[in-house]
Amino acid sequence: MKGKSFLWQNKRLMAHILFRHRDIPDINKLDVYKKNGGFAALKNAVTKMKPAEVTDVVKNSGLRGRGGAGFPTGMKWSFMDSKSWPHYVLANADESEPGTFKDREIMENNPFQFLEGVALASYAVGANLAYVYLRGEFWQVAAFLDEKLAEMEDAGYLGENLFGTDYSLKIHTHLGAGAYICGEETALMESLEGKRGQPRVRPPFPPSVGLYGKPTVINNVETLTNVPLILANGADWYKSMGTADSAGVKIFSLSGRVRKPGNYELPFGTTFRQLIYENGGGVQDGRPVKAIMPAGASSSLIVVDDKTLDTPMDYAFVRTLGADLGSASVIVIDDTVSIDWVINKTIHFFKHESCGKCTPCREGNYWMRHLTERIHSGNGYSTDVDLLLNVAKQMQGKCLCALGEFSTMAVVTGIERFPQDFKKAVKA
Amino acid sequence: MLLEKYPKEVKQILSKYPPEHKRSAVMPLLYLAQREEGYVNKAAMQDIAQLLDVTETEVASIVGFYTLYHDEKAGKYRMQVCTDLPCALRGADEFLNNLCANLGVKVGETTEDGLVTIESVMCLAACDKAPMFQTQGPDGIKYHENMTVDRTMELIEALKKVKE
Repeated sequence: MKGKSFLWQNKRLMAHILFRHRDIPDINKLDVYKKNGGFAALKNAVTKMKPAEVTDVVKNSGLRGRGGAGFPTGMKWSFMDSKSWPHYVLANADESEPGTFKDREIMENNPFQFLEGVALASYAVGANLAYVYLRGEFWQVAAFLDEKLAEMEDAGYLGENLFGTDYSLKIHTHLGAGAYICGEETALMESLEGKRGQPRVRPPFPPSVGLYGKPTVINNVETLTNVPLILANGADWYKSMGTADSAGVKIFSLSGRVRKPGNYELPFGTTFRQLIYENGGGVQDGRPVKAIMPAGASSSLIVVDDKTLDTPMDYAFVRTLGADLGSASVIVIDDTVSIDWVINKTIHFFKHESCGKCTPCREGNYWMRHLTERIHSGNGYSTDVDLLLNVAKQMQGKCLCALGEFSTMAVVTGIERFPQDFKKAVKA
Repeated sequence: MLLEKYPKEVKQILSKYPPEHKRSAVMPLLYLAQREEGYVNKAAMQDIAQLLDVTETEVASIVGFYTLYHDEKAGKYRMQVCTDLPCALRGADEFLNNLCANLGVKVGETTEDGLVTIESVMCLAACDKAPMFQTQGPDGIKYHENMTVDRTMELIEALKKVKE
């Protein structure tokens, strides 16, 4: 763990960076946001900094994408093709991973910080038009953001000639309509173009060919919400939090069998034990934790022992447990739950959400669903478990996007790491 | 015709996208088209196809792909209960079963008065507030979190009193 900032004492939060509404309840009002330093970073950037300088600060801060992939944000921005115009910025607010519910809390309560982040990203890559793509279920959130965007426009933080410069920016919301796949960056672009949300072949990547065939930066809501404070306080300030591998703070969405499920904003490097027991109040009925899915339904299942619980949560450390931190949606499973039931649930989800473009994912999830259902209902044989594992492994590495791959993670790790649960579930 | 019925809304929707990419407006226009009846009828699909210079088949494929568009009439409100893993770990399956038993319907069915259709849906990003569901109706989509069957029955009583 590196040096602690004044914000932290014994890894406890003194003041939030993303969930500032928890410290300043009215921060969703424009004047309150402004009084607390709001839009100063945007004004400073647009009037005093070159776009590339904004990108450099973000690059130096070590900020990595919070949607799951953990790709360095500033580096992504610097990839934008400067020979092809116009440029676009997209905020990915499609939040649909089972176990993830953090972006909604940001948008509902600290909307201006998020939107200022969108504006800063837009300025950094020279975009004059940005969209916030929200999942269709966030109907009320989109209406709320529309109000906030209008307020920003009235106050001169969006629109033509910002702060008297020649830079102009429009931000619009766009509602999806119920498709998990649209959280995948290229499927999101297809969807925004008015098509079925099916992923594109990559390369080319969005910074070369994105929305409407033009260079596009796409970032998760939480990622963008970090940006105004990084610009205001500097890259070193941000890097002073978290770990060497993963700088800064992360929102952990804690769900499942815990006493106090919810979102917890903590520095990277916080251990699973601190999250589950100190923040989440421990497991319901005092049961032991049996398994953890650190990245929602897309996650590998981690076998839980003392060593697991004391593992610091950052992108690199979680990998040592044979899983990815992803979007940090930590689902806690206790010893009353059988893993064959867990994977039946996750495959039910993925079978429904497979977009149908790649055969291994479309057909594989269909057959995996038949097998998990048969096993879970008590009608399966041990050969069904072997077949399920076989189908899952055949899917891996054969799909255009990560959905196909992710759908197999809990199945493979569930069978390999919790064999006793499957032995119990099947007939001889 | 959509354009005649909602001229202001259509114009506002189209203004969000570059004119050469007006096809992007298909999703908001579909929401507009199903506002009144709760589903998109064939005439509206033709209408949208014409407005955006795309084929009717392409519009229909969008309706078919996304779960929040419907091409068939259901109850005035669709009550969509999340039963994915995190919600199920907090009793969402039992909640859905008990709710159905209370209403005397199965999942996918509509109450006799045509008010509510019960559906089981995928993750709604409210895992810490399960059991939960959303209602999709004439006034858009609303979340209802930390629900019990009793509170849901009260909500249904309140929905009965909502006038168009």
